[in-house]
Amino acid sequence: MSNRIIINLVRFIILVLLQVLIVRNINLGTYFIMLPYVLFILSLPFETPRLLILALSFVMGITIDLFYSTPGLHASACVSMAFARYYVLKFVSPRDGYDVVVQPTIEDMGLEWYLKYAGVLIFVHHLLFFYFEVFRFDEFFRTLGRVILSSIGTFLLVYLIQFLFYSKRFSK
Amino acid sequence: MRNLLAFLYKHHFIFVFLLAQLICFWMMIRGKNYQGSQLINSSNAVAANIYAAEANTKEYFSLKHENLRLAIENKELRNHLKSNYFAYPTREVRINDTVYKLQYEFIDAKVVNASVNNRNNYITINAGSAQGVTREMGVYNSLGMIGFVRDVSENFATIISVLHKDFAVNCKLKRDGSYGPLIWDGKDYQYCLLTDIPTHAKIKNGDTVVSSSLSSYFPEGIMVGTIDSYERRQNEQFYTIKVKLSADLKKLNYVYVIKNNFKKEKDSLEKTTQPIK
Repeated sequence: MSNRIIINLVRFIILVLLQVLIVRNINLGTYFIMLPYVLFILSLPFETPRLLILALSFVMGITIDLFYSTPGLHASACVSMAFARYYVLKFVSPRDGYDVVVQPTIEDMGLEWYLKYAGVLIFVHHLLFFYFEVFRFDEFFRTLGRVILSSIGTFLLVYLIQFLFYSKRFSK
Repeated sequence: MRNLLAFLYKHHFIFVFLLAQLICFWMMIRGKNYQGSQLINSSNAVAANIYAAEANTKEYFSLKHENLRLAIENKELRNHLKSNYFAYPTREVRINDTVYKLQYEFIDAKVVNASVNNRNNYITINAGSAQGVTREMGVYNSLGMIGFVRDVSENFATIISVLHKDFAVNCKLKRDGSYGPLIWDGKDYQYCLLTDIPTHAKIKNGDTVVSSSLSSYFPEGIMVGTIDSYERRQNEQFYTIKVKLSADLKKLNYVYVIKNNFKKEKDSLEKTTQPIK
C-alpha cells in the first residue's frame, strides 16, 4: 500500500517536471498544446476513493497553474476530469469488475480499453481547458480544432510515456 | 433536516465536485483583476526559481543570436557618442537646463520564462520590486515592443505579452499618425492587428507601426512592427491592419523595463477629469 503511495508521489513529481521543463518548450504552434501531466490522474489505481481522486487532481491542477501563471484554469479542467473518470470507469468496466492487482495502464487493460478510457477523459480535460482559456465564443471552431488536435497530441504522448517507462517490473 | 442530510450524503461526490469547481472559478475571476492575481503565478518563488535555472541553461543556446543583436545595438549607440562629433571651437556657454526633465528611465532584465502558444501569453523576468519594477511598466527590447508588467514580487515580475487578450496598447502609423489599439487575435505569434484606423488614413504595405504618445506605458516611437496587409471589413468604418511584429517573441533574452516618471501624475489627473454626465 505504502509502496503505491510512493510510486504515485514519484509519478506526480516526474510528470510535473516533464510538463514544465520539457513539454512546455515543445513549440508546435497553437494547435498542438500537449498536456501529458494528465497521465497522473489517468493512472491512479482503480480502488482509489473518488473523493481522494478529486483532491489529488485539484492539487495537480494547482501545481501546474503555479508554473503556467493561470490561476484555477488547469485545476478546473483537472477536477472535471476526475469527476468524469468515476463515470467513465463505470461505463467501460469489464463484466465482473476490476481485478485488484491490475492498474489502469495499456499493458494491463489493452489498447482498445485504454483508447476509450483515456481518449474520453483527455478530451473532457482539453475541452474545458481550451474553452475556459479563450473564454469567449467568437473563436468557437478554431478552439474546437485546438481541442481535438491537442487531445490527439496528448494521447500520443501519454502512449509514448507508457511505452517507454511502464513495465511489469515498475508497476508492481 | 434528516432528509436534507441524507440527500447531501447520497450525492456528496457531486457536491464536493461543484465546490471544487467553484473554488477554481473564484481563482480564475480573481486572477482577471489585478489585485488578486498575486496568489498564483510564476512570480511565485518556487516556480520562478525553477524557471530561472531553466533559463540559465537555455541561455547558452541563444548566445550567438543575442551577441549579434547586442553588437548591432552597440554600433547604433556608438554612433551617437559625443566623441564622434566634431566640435567647432566656439565660446563655451553653460546653460542651466530647465527645459528638459527626465521622463523615462530604463531597467534591464533577463527573461526567465515565456510562452507564445497559449491564447494569453505571459513572460517572467528576473527584475522585481527590489530593482524598481512596479506594475504597468512597459517592456521592450531593441527590436520592438514586448508587453507590460502585470505582477511584481521581490526579484521577479510577470509581463502581459503583446500576445494577450488584455493587451490593447495604443499604437500609431509612423508616416500617417493615425492611431488605434493593437490587439492579438490568437492566430500567429508573429502578427498582431492594429484596429480602428480611420479609412482616410494613408496606408501602404511595409509602413512602420510605432507606439503612440497616448499610451502611458511606452515613450512615443518605440518600434512595434511593419504592415503586412490591411482590410476594411464589411459594414465597418475602420481599417484593420495586420502588423508583423518586429520583436521575435520566441527568442527573448534581455529586455528593458520602462519607468515613466510622469505616469502617476498623468493617471491621477485623468482620474479626476470625469466625463460630464
